[in-house]
Amino acid sequence: MVDLSVKIKSLSFKNPVMTASGTFGYGEEFDDFIDVNQLGGIIVKGTTIANREGNPYPRMAETPSGMLNAVGLQNKGVDYFIEHIYPRIKKYATNVFVNVSGSTIEDYIAVAEKINELEKIPGIELNISCPNVKQGGMAFGTSCESAASVTKEIRKVYKKIIIVKLSPNVTDIASIAKSVEAEGADSVSLINTLLGMAVNAETRKPILSTVTGGLSGPAVKPVALRMVWQVYNAVKIPVIGLGGIMNATDAIEFIIAGATAIQVGTANFIDPQVSVKIVASIQEYMERHHIKSISEIIGSLKIK
Amino acid sequence: MKKYIHNLTITKNQKLSDDTFILEVIVPSDVQEILPGQFVEVQVENSTVFLRRPISVHDFDSKTNSLSLFIKIVGEGTRKLSTLIVGDNLNIVYPLGNGFTITEQRNVLLIGGGCGAAPLLFLARTLFLKQNNIHILMGGRTDIDILEIEEFEKYGTVFCTTETGCCGEKGFVTDHSFLKSNIPFDMIYSCGPLPMMKAVAAYSKIRNIPCEVSLENTMACGIGACLCCVTETTEGNKCVCTEGPVFNIEKLKW
Repeated sequence: MVDLSVKIKSLSFKNPVMTASGTFGYGEEFDDFIDVNQLGGIIVKGTTIANREGNPYPRMAETPSGMLNAVGLQNKGVDYFIEHIYPRIKKYATNVFVNVSGSTIEDYIAVAEKINELEKIPGIELNISCPNVKQGGMAFGTSCESAASVTKEIRKVYKKIIIVKLSPNVTDIASIAKSVEAEGADSVSLINTLLGMAVNAETRKPILSTVTGGLSGPAVKPVALRMVWQVYNAVKIPVIGLGGIMNATDAIEFIIAGATAIQVGTANFIDPQVSVKIVASIQEYMERHHIKSISEIIGSLKIK
Repeated sequence: MKKYIHNLTITKNQKLSDDTFILEVIVPSDVQEILPGQFVEVQVENSTVFLRRPISVHDFDSKTNSLSLFIKIVGEGTRKLSTLIVGDNLNIVYPLGNGFTITEQRNVLLIGGGCGAAPLLFLARTLFLKQNNIHILMGGRTDIDILEIEEFEKYGTVFCTTETGCCGEKGFVTDHSFLKSNIPFDMIYSCGPLPMMKAVAAYSKIRNIPCEVSLENTMACGIGACLCCVTETTEGNKCVCTEGPVFNIEKLKW
């Protein structure tokens, strides 16, 4: 029997497979297809202090080996989440994280304070990397100072696990990771989407209503792997890797590059069962390679 | 309604015209129900197409469990699907979305534009079984766009318009002379190009006839997770894949 469990601080995960925010709804959307409890964790949709309608349609463009989205954090706000969604999803026997988003530091604090009260939520993912909102979002994640300051303020009010989700739209992601680690982040997850764009040559119009959007899917995987490797070598806290993971081989590549856990995102749209298939296939890989514990291969990249 | 993901075997690929065809699969008997207006998300295997393709249910026979999909070739994904042959695999996530409201013993009008007629056959058959008096109005650019008239004629009276005038009356569906007869329709159902459905919606509103339209926004997941396919409604942005694809026009901001 192989050991797939990993830890972030004192929190145990039954396996390193989680689902990425914005690609898995609140878990319930997938109940017909999988047993969500088989996952290491799920990260629910980006949650803000107030209701957000998101950006106008069209919000999506299919691109080579991936897609662009410009959803813009559509959600009903944290109070709605607490009253209506949390009571339904707290039954899950897996780690349910809330992705916390905001336009101002005060917004982030207000959401984090409310989520802190929820017994069955062991942590938050601090989203300082959404490319699809006009104010806040990615702006917090593209400089060391602002990334550090929002992490510092949230650390004061939020007592459980804080994962900071990093933007790839920066020159030096490792320095951003170090700056949030210094302010008390328990983990970093990367990458959020890469800022991209799609044009319709016939109409000479952008495909997305917002012109630009976030690129995800296998197209971003090499960039994500490189960044996970760089961040793994720069920080001591666990790194959560994501970006174009479609199968267990992709997931294992991220783990070898330094990820303690991984998130499956866009792949959920194509195969709603892919996340649990990845758990099973990682187990097979470990048996085949005689790996007793997944922790043996975290960051085990053989450079020479 | 429970959703499934299944690998099914294609039992028919019937070419209707140069760019339209019908794929048929038999779904397992544990699939209890599929409703008119619902859709499936089809995986396009062995191609560079990344996302699934949402395709409306053209017909479903609950006795034989045969599910048919009416597909128009519009891009690489649908072109690849057109090359599938009997015995090939088709991976689908289904049944998705809400479906049309089924009336009983009413005067109903179905308006389809081009391949937008796809979900209306199953609807017509279902309404026929509920003793509705069915009128079907089909529109297209030319006669090539008007498909399966004989199929529709099994369930109601069919009228046609084409922009060229080569089939039925010349003009748009909303120009058809039979609409001026002021038949007291209890319900209008429509699927087709957006400008056509908006014209149908305007026709219905003036006459206070309830009207349902089926939208086909681009989507990724089809199950309400990605929030990409939204349409503006009186209650804010709603996912076409879960709250639709069928909407009462009163809910839309048209």
